[in-house]
Amino acid sequence: MFGSFFPVILFLLAAGGLVLVILFFSSLIAPHRPNPAKNSTYECGEVAEGSSWIRFNSRFYIIALIFIIFDVEVVFLYPWAIVYRHLGFWAWLEMAIFLVILLTGLAYVWAKGDLEWIRLPEKETESSAETPLTPDNLRN
Amino acid sequence: MSHLIFLIILFPLIGVITNTFFTRRWSEAAIGIFSSAMVGASFVLSVAAFISLLGMEASARHIEQVLFDWIRVGSFHAPAALLVDTLSCVMILTVSAVSFLIHIYSIGYMHGDTGFRRYFIFLNLFVFFMLLLVLGSNFLVMFIGWEGVGLCSYLLIGFWYTDEVKATAGKKAFIVNRIGDFGFMLAIFLIWTTFGTIQFDEIIPRMASFPIGSSVITAICLLLFVGAIGKSAQFPLYVWLPDAMAGPTPVSALIHAATMVTAGVYMVARSHFLYSMAPAALEVVAIVGAGTAIFAATIGLVQNDIKKVLAYSTVSQLGYMFLACGVGAYGVAIFHLMTHAFFKALLFLGSGSVIHGMSGEQDIRQMGGLKTKMPKTYWTFLVATLAIAGIPGFSGFFSKDEILWKTFEGHHYVLWVVGVVAAFFTAFYMFRLLYLTFHGKFRGSKSQEQHVHESPSSMTVPLIILAVLAAIGGYVGLPAALGGSNHFEHFLHPVFAGGHAHLLLGGAHHGVEPVEYIVMLISVIVALLGIWLARSGYFRMASWPGKLSKGMIYTTVLNKYYVDQIYDVGISRPTVKFSEIMAEWFDLGVIDGLVNGVAAFFNWVAGWLRRLQTGFVQNYAILMGAGIILVLASLFYKMFF
Amino acid sequence: MDSYAAQIVGILPEILLIVTAIFAILLDLLSKKEERSWVATISLVGFIGSGIVSVFLWNRVGFVFSGMVAADNFTAVFRILFCFIGAITVLVSPEYLRERKIRLGEYYPILLITVFAMMVMVSAADLLLFFLGLETMSIALYVLACLDRRDSRSTEAALKYFILGAFSTAFLLYGIALIYAQTGSTSYAEIMTALIVLPLEVVTVAGVGLLLIGFAFKVAAVPFHFWSPDVYQGAPTPITAFMSVGPKAAAFVALIRVFTISLESLADIWTGAVFVIAVLTMTLGNVVALRQQNIKRMLAYSSIAHAGYLLVGIVAGGPRAIAATSFYLVAYALMNLGAFTVAMLMNRRGEGDYQLDDYRGAGFAHPLLGVTMAIFMFSLAGIPPTAGFFGKLYLFSAAVEKGYILLVVIAVLNSAVAAYYYLRIIVLMYMTRAEHEMAAVPSFGGYTLTLVVTSVLVLLIGSLPGGLLNLLLAALP
Repeated sequence: MFGSFFPVILFLLAAGGLVLVILFFSSLIAPHRPNPAKNSTYECGEVAEGSSWIRFNSRFYIIALIFIIFDVEVVFLYPWAIVYRHLGFWAWLEMAIFLVILLTGLAYVWAKGDLEWIRLPEKETESSAETPLTPDNLRN
Repeated sequence: MSHLIFLIILFPLIGVITNTFFTRRWSEAAIGIFSSAMVGASFVLSVAAFISLLGMEASARHIEQVLFDWIRVGSFHAPAALLVDTLSCVMILTVSAVSFLIHIYSIGYMHGDTGFRRYFIFLNLFVFFMLLLVLGSNFLVMFIGWEGVGLCSYLLIGFWYTDEVKATAGKKAFIVNRIGDFGFMLAIFLIWTTFGTIQFDEIIPRMASFPIGSSVITAICLLLFVGAIGKSAQFPLYVWLPDAMAGPTPVSALIHAATMVTAGVYMVARSHFLYSMAPAALEVVAIVGAGTAIFAATIGLVQNDIKKVLAYSTVSQLGYMFLACGVGAYGVAIFHLMTHAFFKALLFLGSGSVIHGMSGEQDIRQMGGLKTKMPKTYWTFLVATLAIAGIPGFSGFFSKDEILWKTFEGHHYVLWVVGVVAAFFTAFYMFRLLYLTFHGKFRGSKSQEQHVHESPSSMTVPLIILAVLAAIGGYVGLPAALGGSNHFEHFLHPVFAGGHAHLLLGGAHHGVEPVEYIVMLISVIVALLGIWLARSGYFRMASWPGKLSKGMIYTTVLNKYYVDQIYDVGISRPTVKFSEIMAEWFDLGVIDGLVNGVAAFFNWVAGWLRRLQTGFVQNYAILMGAGIILVLASLFYKMFF
Repeated sequence: MDSYAAQIVGILPEILLIVTAIFAILLDLLSKKEERSWVATISLVGFIGSGIVSVFLWNRVGFVFSGMVAADNFTAVFRILFCFIGAITVLVSPEYLRERKIRLGEYYPILLITVFAMMVMVSAADLLLFFLGLETMSIALYVLACLDRRDSRSTEAALKYFILGAFSTAFLLYGIALIYAQTGSTSYAEIMTALIVLPLEVVTVAGVGLLLIGFAFKVAAVPFHFWSPDVYQGAPTPITAFMSVGPKAAAFVALIRVFTISLESLADIWTGAVFVIAVLTMTLGNVVALRQQNIKRMLAYSSIAHAGYLLVGIVAGGPRAIAATSFYLVAYALMNLGAFTVAMLMNRRGEGDYQLDDYRGAGFAHPLLGVTMAIFMFSLAGIPPTAGFFGKLYLFSAAVEKGYILLVVIAVLNSAVAAYYYLRIIVLMYMTRAEHEMAAVPSFGGYTLTLVVTSVLVLLIGSLPGGLLNLLLAALP
């Protein structure tokens, strides 16, 4: 019924079961003596400063997204490069078009100023609702 | 040609669309000429269709064009298809010719009316639906046309809708017609469940398994006839037609005399293959037809409104057509339909010309002596009157005489006598109308007398053309007994040949019998007698009409046998009362209670369900998770159990 | 090389859209501010051009790119429909964007990309390609939903949409993986043949179930619908109109291709679940719509209900049901776009916020809006002679033929409930008086054109349904 996946299921059950067993015995045997130092967040020996629930600047995500796009591009390029000799002109053209589309994206991002870390608000989307991004605001 | 049939109905439709959207700034003349040209184009194409039919073998005169697949649900299939065979060809020729003339006439008649453009939109729309009705190759397309002409009729009767009486007349026509339409609809349903098709030519081969007189076919025929009674104003649903005279007179001529009201006759003729299997239904058709013919003729004897006389005369003449159908002489019915279209349209247009000249006066007691003032109107009116009275040589004689002869030949002697008496009445009331209107001294007011004038040529030219048609239109069907060879019936023969072989009349070819001349002679004598009586009473001014008018019979007839009152007391008021009771108790109490209860229930459920939409994405995810588990569980359940 | 060119021709409509999108992006980037209105025009041209090319591809191409892309007639029908939907969305957008001061050049390119992705979804003959299309479409929609960045509701809705969408995509992808694991292929055709041969395994069933869940989310079927009312209300109205018809149709076409064709041999297993989902979806959609006071939200629930009706076609299966479902998708696209356009115009009077009360007496104050809205509402309620009536008729009669009487009875009862809230708008428009003087609706050619085109098509299909149905029957995959 489960076919060749039976070992996988067996493995999942065994692994999950083992974790439960260890946790159970650990809670049975281990002493339970909490103190403030033990309960504090471990931050490489430093004393934790403020809460970890802070807002990150969304700029991190944008940079990460742009990075991923060009990362994936490389993933495409390697296999293509390996078989390129067999595929010939059309494959070259296809990849060229693909790269042009990506470069258009890069140009767009560049022109919109998203590659700058400190970005001044765009004139056309300016509004009171948006907080201007100044170095002060960026610290959080 | 077979790819061009749709053009016949397309042109009036173009007229409707163009006039609705684009001609707001056009002059009256431009709108009128454009609309007329659209109908004229249909006429030209009808003639072309006729010529191409003539070029074919007599048995192969059948052109069908499937426009598109209209409805296909399960095994139900209704293509939007048009059919030109000899029957529909006669119809489109008559309809487009008369419509064209009446369009031209209307340009003069409606001159200066604020609703000029609206009028021509409706009129073009009517022509479109009428042509669709006669060209449809199945009952459903026919029904669309049927409903469409009913709608146009309603719109045009109530054309001057600011007048309460006229708007009410429109409503009356619509409601009475709905009763008939309901019968027609039931008939279509029954045809579909019985034969599994609604295409005319597909039904015929599927009838083989039914015996003659089969009850289901009789039921279909009777239901179809209910539809025909409503549309063609037969007893007891004729009451709307006299009231429909509230519309503009060209409308009365076109819709309520020449074309729409004959749709019932056309429908019965088109369904001849069904009727020939149902002798009982044919009997009903014949009796209702003959009964209506004489019943309406008697009412026509005493009416004083020029259009009312013509309205009752129309009802009576339609009765003749149904009589012809009822005795199995479908071709003759169509023949009379055609000649009647010519002379009755002419009579109505003539009366319109009179009303126009008399500044709106419709009471013939206020007229008289118009012969010299409106000579063209008079002479054309005279031709039509002679035709309807059945004077030999004019079109009405040939068709009416043919009906009476077929009735006699079919051994329906009682119906024949009824028909002859009705013919006598017809001759009488028509000449009474003629004498009172055109002869004698002018009896109207001084201002009317000064104003009386002949109508403009846009009105008189159609009159003259129609007069020619009314005079000679009968010669296409000159019977063998008078040395002709009845081309008309031969032309229609292929359509009707299939159905009625078992009936008494043996198709188009029958020998000349001496008795036919006697029957013919009797109807001529009867007509002359009617004319003579009218002449004595209303030209010579003998005293007997005055004496008669004191009697009770006269009052009864004058009040149209109190049918309207009977309907009012017997049907309308109880219905309204019943409606009121239903509205108060059943509708407000039971139905509304139920509906409100259901609504309240759903509202309550909705209020509860609405709370699921909390706005918190976490809740959504949890509920989705539950859904995922349930979906997977159900799939595995199905797999293992 | 000739065959290569032929393959390219098979995806020419998609290529055209992408080229237009890139061109539009560059134009927006490089041109001066006042020249940017050209972007809308160019997008419109792109949609129309792609639609025309799709028409020419009728009966021309079959499967291309090693069977990955099905450029068949069924695809062509929906390519044309999507181009129509895209073009209509472009027509109604500029005024809305100007009014809301959304001056983002991305709007039209992203719209083009969304439609491109929808085309990929319907033309895919392979689960992977389908997934690519689905993801491209979804990501583009997340962006479109929150274009009105300053509106907190819009961003909130988009975030919810994104989170739940990602959640459901994971299931879909896992389903694809399991089916690949079992059948060794992601091609619809190969999956179909493999499933007929292979014995029934837990893994297969789990894969089918997960696929079904992913689809149910995309078509907003209960209980995976939660995102849709919030998103429909929050998103810019032209986008709401677009989302309610376009992506939904794309998902349904893929559902048809995957479930009623490829997974047909497992129909016994998944039909029951779809049956229940259909019943729940239409019932919940209709019942909750009864209580809505906001027209966008009402139309959102109505859209859920219509997804329920469409699922009836999936349950029934077979050529007639597929044709009926496609018919319904076309009809629904027309009437819903029209209804949203009226809603947009009504809201332009500057009062209220898509409240139903705004419609009091509107029928007389705004004749065109009143009449067209009445047509759309009649059609949505399924009253003849409108496209909606024949959509329901074909759909339900196909289900009856397959013996799903109970399902059809429930669906018809639901239609009766639905008539209440659709007709209520007509009642409000024509049978109540406005509480105060109606402000004139600032109109714009694009709106009028949209209203006229959609209402005329709704009536035309409603009076001559045979043509469209025959076309769809001829286009069946």
